[in-house]
Amino acid sequence: MANLKEIRYRITSIGTTMQITSAMKMVSAAKLKRAQDAIVQMRPYAEKLTSILGNISASLDSSEGVYSRENGKAKVLIIPITSNRGLCGAFNSSVIKATTRLIQASYSESQVTVMSIGKKANEFFKKTDFAIRGTFLPRETEKLFDDMSFENISEAAAKVMKAFEHKDFDQIILVYNQFKNAAVQNLTVEQFLPILPPEVDESSKTKSDYIFEPNKEEIVKGLIPLSLKTQFYKAMLDSVASEHGARMTAMHKATDNASDLRSDLTLQYNKARQAAITNEILEIVGGAEALKS
Amino acid sequence: MQLEIITPDKSIFSGEATSVTLPGADGSLGILDNHAALISTLQSGELRVTDDKGVETVYELKGGGVAEVQNNKLIILAESI
Repeated sequence: MANLKEIRYRITSIGTTMQITSAMKMVSAAKLKRAQDAIVQMRPYAEKLTSILGNISASLDSSEGVYSRENGKAKVLIIPITSNRGLCGAFNSSVIKATTRLIQASYSESQVTVMSIGKKANEFFKKTDFAIRGTFLPRETEKLFDDMSFENISEAAAKVMKAFEHKDFDQIILVYNQFKNAAVQNLTVEQFLPILPPEVDESSKTKSDYIFEPNKEEIVKGLIPLSLKTQFYKAMLDSVASEHGARMTAMHKATDNASDLRSDLTLQYNKARQAAITNEILEIVGGAEALKS
Repeated sequence: MQLEIITPDKSIFSGEATSVTLPGADGSLGILDNHAALISTLQSGELRVTDDKGVETVYELKGGGVAEVQNNKLIILAESI
């Protein structure tokens, strides 16, 4: 049986760790609330935009335009979205794993570039051959998380879209954790560009005759970049919310484990203490007996 | 008419308005009550809203946007304000 002092030391150290993990859990819970609010905030915007776009493009051939150009997959840009910080379970590693798997499975013949977002993916991919070389794509992606406003994020999205326009890439893929709830994140691989033809719901088509200012084509041209930026922004928001959810779950589990471990150790400590006392009594009694005889 | 101004970050305005002036792509657009159904792209510029109490508010529209009028309801989607 381990000695008393050792066990006592471990119990205190587990207690300290537990305080940290439970504090981190609470911080993540607060941040998750905020991240979720941001998603809820932007939902009406995204929905309205999609419905307007759906209304117009239903009567237009949307397969034309710079963002719909289908051109094989010789040059591919993959954008994995991770976080800057760790301690959030499999959140980051699953994105990185999915990205490498995707490259091996679908793009082994293609020229792949990875524009990683977040410190964790940056650290991983800068050592590989896929790192960004000499393009104008944003590289300091860690700083994106400092300011999660639409303005800031859409700037990065605009650069990616420009690279596609300039035919630097034929296909752009997003890999990120989609937020479902605090405990569940769905790893999602999504084609960002070229645009997949939108699924138009027949019932959502409007019957009213709109006046179009200036005209349908111009409106579609103006709205598509907006909708792409919104898609990118949504992926970022989803990823941030998932990160906090994942960290909350991970820290919750850590706190539970620590508390289990602590009660086990406390039991062990008490047993050891009791054994020591019993031993002492035995020795005293034994000594007294020896003196008597 | 009912007016809603939404950006991806937040909802700017939601309520009744009597008159709205939009920076349309081809020039300024005035929207009054019971306007016909319309979809217009917006450019950067001033967005003037007169609410039901007659108070005029001016918003600065940055980046692009889109406005839709339908059934006496005006929805403005702006990139940022």
